[in-house]
Amino acid sequence: MLKDITLGQYFPGTTLAHRLDPRTKLIAVVCYIVGIFNCHSAWAYGLMVLTLIVSARIAKVGAKALLRGLRPVLFIIAFTAVLNLFYTPGEVLWTWWVLKITREGIRTAVAMMARITLLITGTFLLTYTTSPIQLTDGLESLLNPLKKLRVPVHELAMMMSIALRFIPTLIEETDKIMSAQKARGADFESGGLVQRAKALIPLLVPLFVSAFRRADELATAMECRCYHGGEGRTKLHVLHFAARDYAVLALYLALAVGVIVLD
Amino acid sequence: MEEIIKVENLTHTYGIGTPFERSAVKDMSLSVYRGELLGLIGHTGSGKSTLIQHLNGLLKPTSGRILLDGKDIWAEPKKIRDVRFRVGLVFQYPEYQLFEETAYKDIAFGPMNMGLKGDELDRRIRDAARFAGLRDELLDKSPFALSGGQKRRVAIAGVIAMEPEVLVLDEPSAGLDPRGREELLEHIRAYHRERGNTVVLVSHSMEEIARYADRIAVLAHGKVLMRGTPREVFSRGGELVKAGLDVPQTTRVAMELRRRGLEIDPAVYTVEELRDALLARKKGGAR
Repeated sequence: MLKDITLGQYFPGTTLAHRLDPRTKLIAVVCYIVGIFNCHSAWAYGLMVLTLIVSARIAKVGAKALLRGLRPVLFIIAFTAVLNLFYTPGEVLWTWWVLKITREGIRTAVAMMARITLLITGTFLLTYTTSPIQLTDGLESLLNPLKKLRVPVHELAMMMSIALRFIPTLIEETDKIMSAQKARGADFESGGLVQRAKALIPLLVPLFVSAFRRADELATAMECRCYHGGEGRTKLHVLHFAARDYAVLALYLALAVGVIVLD
Repeated sequence: MEEIIKVENLTHTYGIGTPFERSAVKDMSLSVYRGELLGLIGHTGSGKSTLIQHLNGLLKPTSGRILLDGKDIWAEPKKIRDVRFRVGLVFQYPEYQLFEETAYKDIAFGPMNMGLKGDELDRRIRDAARFAGLRDELLDKSPFALSGGQKRRVAIAGVIAMEPEVLVLDEPSAGLDPRGREELLEHIRAYHRERGNTVVLVSHSMEEIARYADRIAVLAHGKVLMRGTPREVFSRGGELVKAGLDVPQTTRVAMELRRRGLEIDPAVYTVEELRDALLARKKGGAR
């Protein structure tokens, strides 16, 4: 049940999108998001949708998998759309009681829905084609200049990879403890709010205890292997840009700049 | 003998409809008789853990039925909690589920969920602690201040305190030192004998199972490969080895002696029996 939770799941593959440098993909996604927020006309949105479809095609990610990422935010999308629909002032088309729909409202609602959908599916495409390790590697490399400002980039990246690494472990652990407490008659599914919150204590206490134990063990294991932070540390997989990376970057930069300037 | 639990054609498939679809248990049938100590043996991935989580209704069969006293436990899904009180399940490494301030309160969690209070609750906690081999003064300590072995006993007492008709233990001795193992298993045996309750002991140690179980079921690849008394099962030692399973050391010695031409009853599986068999041969004057 808990195992069904996917936090931007990675689908292994060997397509062009998978082989791109993670930094390229990160910058491309940033360009894409900048583009989305500067779209005003229908043709600009159309261009964005087209870009997404072509990218998904190249990555061999099906429409179904892509749209599945939307499920957790469906409520937010619907909520934003409804709010915009009824609360945008403008030319009134239809009224009932305190509700009124305006031409501008419909426009904004549709635009908002498109924006959020594109935003989510766009970033999902990144996590579908990039493993968490690659992602943090790319992020660390992109943020490297901040080291001059004494931002602990390496440490942050390490924390992120450890956190990502332990999400499945903790989910599994939660599942196990839940089963064990259920075997002793714990009831997580019924009762009022207070009762349900109380029912979580037998789950959360062991979970925290084991998370701290794991952290402690991991720290010891890392120290045993002489880990001392990022200084002088080399990488197993060194990132480098290939021709395809420059090409993709150029396309996405052009897209963002084009939308800002022309639309 | 009367069946207390009957597993009928149980199949359990994980991840239906995903690329990771996999049947952990396939069309398995198995009976647990009232008052016996049944040993379940199998490799990791043989379906042991999946099977035992069906016995108390933590997992729902993909197909097949689990009968408790002749009644399908899923006949009334709302009453599944009652099944969990009747079939007590102790998970592997149960010490990781402790959460209360004192060992006493932690043992009380199960019986309190059953709605017990007052003297009866106190009696059950103290009885269970005694069965698990916990001294009284440990009950007021924080479970996190106890040693690994003591923590495990608290967790086991927490299930015994519900006074289940069937007690299922998944690898209760895993990770303990040899002495801790033996003590714990002796306590479980004493509980079984004194209460006359049914116990299902899951283990991958043949030595342990050979020593404590009345009857053994060997699981492999989600099916029951063999079942019978330890004597019946270990006399088929060759098949066990072929299936990639271990046999008790004594059986291994007896098998090797037999291979070298010494006539020894294949059903010998304890050190004492092997000793007697060898002495008898010596007295008989053969070789």
